[in-house]
Amino acid sequence: MAAVSLRDVRKSYTADLQVIHGISMEIADGEFIVILGPSGCGKSTLLRMVAGLERISAGEIAIGGRVVNDLEPKDRDIAMVFQNYALYPHMSVFDNMSYGLRIRGFARDEIASRVKKAAEILELTPFLERKPRALSGGQRQRVAMGRAIVREPKVFLFDEPLSNLDAKLRVQMRGELQSLHRRLGTTSLFVTHDQVEAMTLAQRMIVMNGGRAEQIGAPLEVYAKPASTFVAGFIGSPPMNLMKRDGRLLGVRPEHLEPCAAAEAMITIEVDLIEPLGSDTLVYGQLAGGGERVAARLHAAAETRVGRLALRYAPANAHWFDPQSGRRIEP
Amino acid sequence: MVERRPGLDALRHVVLIAGIALVMLPVYVAFVASTQSLDQIMNVPMHLWPGSHALENYAAVIAHGSAQGSSAPVGRMMLNSLVCALVIACGKIAISIISAFAIVYFRFPLRRTFFWIIFLTLMLPVEVRILPTYQVIADLHLVDTYTGLTLPLIASATATFLFRQFFLTIPDELAEAARIDGAGPMRFFRDVVLPLSGTNIAALFVIMFIYGWNQYLWPLLVTTQESMYTTVIGIKRMIPGGDAAAEWNLIMATAILAMLPPAAVILLMQKWFVKGLVETEK
Repeated sequence: MAAVSLRDVRKSYTADLQVIHGISMEIADGEFIVILGPSGCGKSTLLRMVAGLERISAGEIAIGGRVVNDLEPKDRDIAMVFQNYALYPHMSVFDNMSYGLRIRGFARDEIASRVKKAAEILELTPFLERKPRALSGGQRQRVAMGRAIVREPKVFLFDEPLSNLDAKLRVQMRGELQSLHRRLGTTSLFVTHDQVEAMTLAQRMIVMNGGRAEQIGAPLEVYAKPASTFVAGFIGSPPMNLMKRDGRLLGVRPEHLEPCAAAEAMITIEVDLIEPLGSDTLVYGQLAGGGERVAARLHAAAETRVGRLALRYAPANAHWFDPQSGRRIEP
Repeated sequence: MVERRPGLDALRHVVLIAGIALVMLPVYVAFVASTQSLDQIMNVPMHLWPGSHALENYAAVIAHGSAQGSSAPVGRMMLNSLVCALVIACGKIAISIISAFAIVYFRFPLRRTFFWIIFLTLMLPVEVRILPTYQVIADLHLVDTYTGLTLPLIASATATFLFRQFFLTIPDELAEAARIDGAGPMRFFRDVVLPLSGTNIAALFVIMFIYGWNQYLWPLLVTTQESMYTTVIGIKRMIPGGDAAAEWNLIMATAILAMLPPAAVILLMQKWFVKGLVETEK
């Protein structure tokens, strides 16, 4: 286990094409960090730079206090779980999990005991002799994690490991990942574009956009105080409503809006779309008098119909942003 | 097939049987001829029923060749052909899998150029470059040697190209996972690429074995001694020039013998062969 430091890490493919624009972060020993962002934001590239699969153009990455810029992936003491699992198709589950150990010249019984232990944690014991093609998606996913666990590395790197699973399995694996991390306590970096995964798994997260870190912080902190309009729009579903007010941008989350009498209205919208979800109801509409579209998450019991709807919010739940830079303005 | 209709089924079988008959008839005639005595073959019309001289004819050609034409024993020629076909097939596979591995997995200067150079040699089959190749082999004193028979035929753009296409379908993550697991390039080649290429290797082996076995022009040029003849050359040499009568029964026996090893290779490796050509699941 080890701390990871990113110091002004940059990646450029050519002089004009820079994809990571200087990211700095100190990751504590044992921390679970999620790198979140839309596709093409450079999150996978960042992870691959930590892994050593991409060269670092500028800046420094240190694992456990040792700068690893010029080290091969195998010398960085990391293990990676790939999106498509990257299991060796012709090897049994046991061989897949033990391959890295065999190359490193571990003793036969040491390998057997480590694989056995990992297989027990991941409930893979009955499948050790099977080939990957004879496994379900969830089991393959577990083998990929098992391959990482047996190495007992300083850092786990996950590259969207859950995105090939169906929705139900994803929720289940999310839980298992969490308990696995609690049990092993290994520093982990987890890349995803799914904000729910990020919110539920992360101790801290990096929200990335266009190769820059928009915000680094604990999930609830990022949710409560988005540092920019991008983060405000990316975290939360439906995203935060942004409206022009007095030359600034007002942001209010849909769940912080509640219906009220017309006299108390802080926002009035023309509802044209209603989505009942059972637990609550989403209503969407144009701001009265023309303007942005606004979404509101109302209690399921609230009476909803198409037409004019008066809404209010607690002033504490209002966020303000600079319309030019998109940065947050603290009142 | 869209519909099942008895009429169509029958028609299909008729067409297939006719096709098989068309292909098999010459082979059958060759077989019948190889079982008759020379006098029986010279009858007009020739009997289309196997004669009783099969053992005698086959034993004769394997041990002594023909009396009128070349008298090189076919047994020796079969051995030569087998050695050539095996060396060519294995050599082609070994060289092309390694060059394809280099082209796909290593970044080195002029990588694309090398690929296109290899690719261009597809347009230069043995026949086109036969004179300079002969010159080189003769200067190296390799005429009438196995090396001379096989070496010029080993370099193979086709196989390199096929392996390259196959390697491109192996996901990059596999190579990256191996890197993280600590496998060096050759270890990755041995532990991952080679086992995954098994069916492709088998398919190529079949194709290349037959290619090597059926070589005609090159062995014709590069062999002068009877002891180095391959079977295919042997057949040609058994047909005497001038007025001497060809011993068709013996020639046909040799032809049948020449057909057996490729047929055996195909039969034995059929399953792998088909798998290698159609398998897409990685």
